[in-house]
Amino acid sequence: MISVKELNKTYATREGAPIHALSNVSLEITQGEFVTVVGPSGCGKTTLLKILAGVLKKSSGTILVNGNPINAPSRQLGVVFQEPLLLPWRNILQNIMVPIEIQGRDRATFSAAAQQLLSLVGLEGFEQKYPRELSGGMQQRVGIARALIHDPDLLLMDEPFGALDAMTRDQMNLELMDIWSQKKKTVLLITHSIAEAVFLADRIVVMSPRPGRIAEIIVVDLPRPRHLEIINSDVFGAYVRRVRAHFGARGMNA
Amino acid sequence: MTDGFSTGPKADSALVATLKHRLEIGVSLLLFVVLVVGWEAIVWIFSIPSIVLPTPTAIVKALWVNLNTGRFYYHVGVTLWEILAGFAIGTVMGLVVGISIGQWKILENTIYPYVVGFQTVPKVAIAPLIIIWFGYGLASKIVITALIVFFPVCVSCIAGMHAAPQQQIDMLRSFTATRWQIFRIFKLQTALPYIFAGLDVAAVLAVIGAIVGEFIGSQGGLGYILLQRNFSMDTAGSFAIVIVLSLIGIVLHQMVNILRRYIVFWMEPEETLESESA
Repeated sequence: MISVKELNKTYATREGAPIHALSNVSLEITQGEFVTVVGPSGCGKTTLLKILAGVLKKSSGTILVNGNPINAPSRQLGVVFQEPLLLPWRNILQNIMVPIEIQGRDRATFSAAAQQLLSLVGLEGFEQKYPRELSGGMQQRVGIARALIHDPDLLLMDEPFGALDAMTRDQMNLELMDIWSQKKKTVLLITHSIAEAVFLADRIVVMSPRPGRIAEIIVVDLPRPRHLEIINSDVFGAYVRRVRAHFGARGMNA
Repeated sequence: MTDGFSTGPKADSALVATLKHRLEIGVSLLLFVVLVVGWEAIVWIFSIPSIVLPTPTAIVKALWVNLNTGRFYYHVGVTLWEILAGFAIGTVMGLVVGISIGQWKILENTIYPYVVGFQTVPKVAIAPLIIIWFGYGLASKIVITALIVFFPVCVSCIAGMHAAPQQQIDMLRSFTATRWQIFRIFKLQTALPYIFAGLDVAAVLAVIGAIVGEFIGSQGGLGYILLQRNFSMDTAGSFAIVIVLSLIGIVLHQMVNILRRYIVFWMEPEETLESESA
């Protein structure tokens, strides 16, 4: 499905010494898998996502999605960002339809799909509302619906719930797993919350900083569907400790 | 119980806000009356000659006479036409140049320095040249007005185009948007509040542009009769024209504001926020 090989990214800086943001990142993701990427800030996880989304140029390496190389934004991808980034002058339905409009697809067909997505994210009846009338959690649900509207193969999510309060965040995680199991999408989700990374993932990619590289890939063998109670279980705790060990060794909080 | 507690103070604060607002309007009107009466009194007490400072009553009389003269409306029409045509042309040019510079980096590097450089030239100083080039008729006044209007619109448009956050642009790019689509879907709307701020400044400047043009050389318009009245020492008549000119300015400003509220509707503060901050 997705194959990332020997991906490198260096940023030039004003001081002259280039920053090595990503160093030899290689990763294989199979169809329908839920992969989370966790690491402290500066480990290059957002850089990785931006390169996958095609909005940032890589320095070297290859990325294949279904065998096609990715060098620019692709219609096969849907992206959810840290902020909902809705357009305040468009109502909710028009916001969800932005990718359809950009890609010149048939509006009539996809506005029916938009209605279905709205009920999937629990926002039935909000079509004609404007973003400022919605709470942060509702806005991010719209962001998820927008990323799914053109039926992409891969959903990229960059700390999608980072700006939400803890309780809304738990709720959104449950809903996301629901959406994922219904839509059968492949998901790559970036987070700085270890608990979130363990809770959602089939596999966790643990990254470490300077230079940003993969420290370990952990297979999470927890039964699905998962409920919030699982967080208190010993198995869950063991996974969390295993991830944290990578950051603890450097005396870092994450 | 809880309802009683929560709505009670809220209703009170709304009432206080309304009363405060009315009081402010009352004080504002009172201030106007005091100023006018004081003006009238000072002219009487110190027997200031009406050539130097006419009384408000004399100004209102002069204005009344003007408003009942057919010829006066011809001059109002001339000046209005110069203002509106100049405003329209200047705005369109400002938007075209501003959007182009905002959209293409190469234009920003090549053309923008000249725009800034030309902006520092006082337009009033080159007005006599424009009269030479475009004659004593309407055209020269429209050109002067358009030039004066051009810069605030153009500069605020460029600022607005630059105000578009990179995150949003990345979001649209990730959905495979082209530069043109990013402009149409996002950058233009982001620039609109800035453009309207520029239009508001330009509306006031447009009146100045037309009058300056008429001062330098014209055969009609409010600036033309203002000069005539100055020469014939008709000070009350001059004041009457100044009042008409400020009215034109106020109406233009209000029209821009109404248009802004209608077009940039998403920038309007929520009603609840408004009443809380009042």
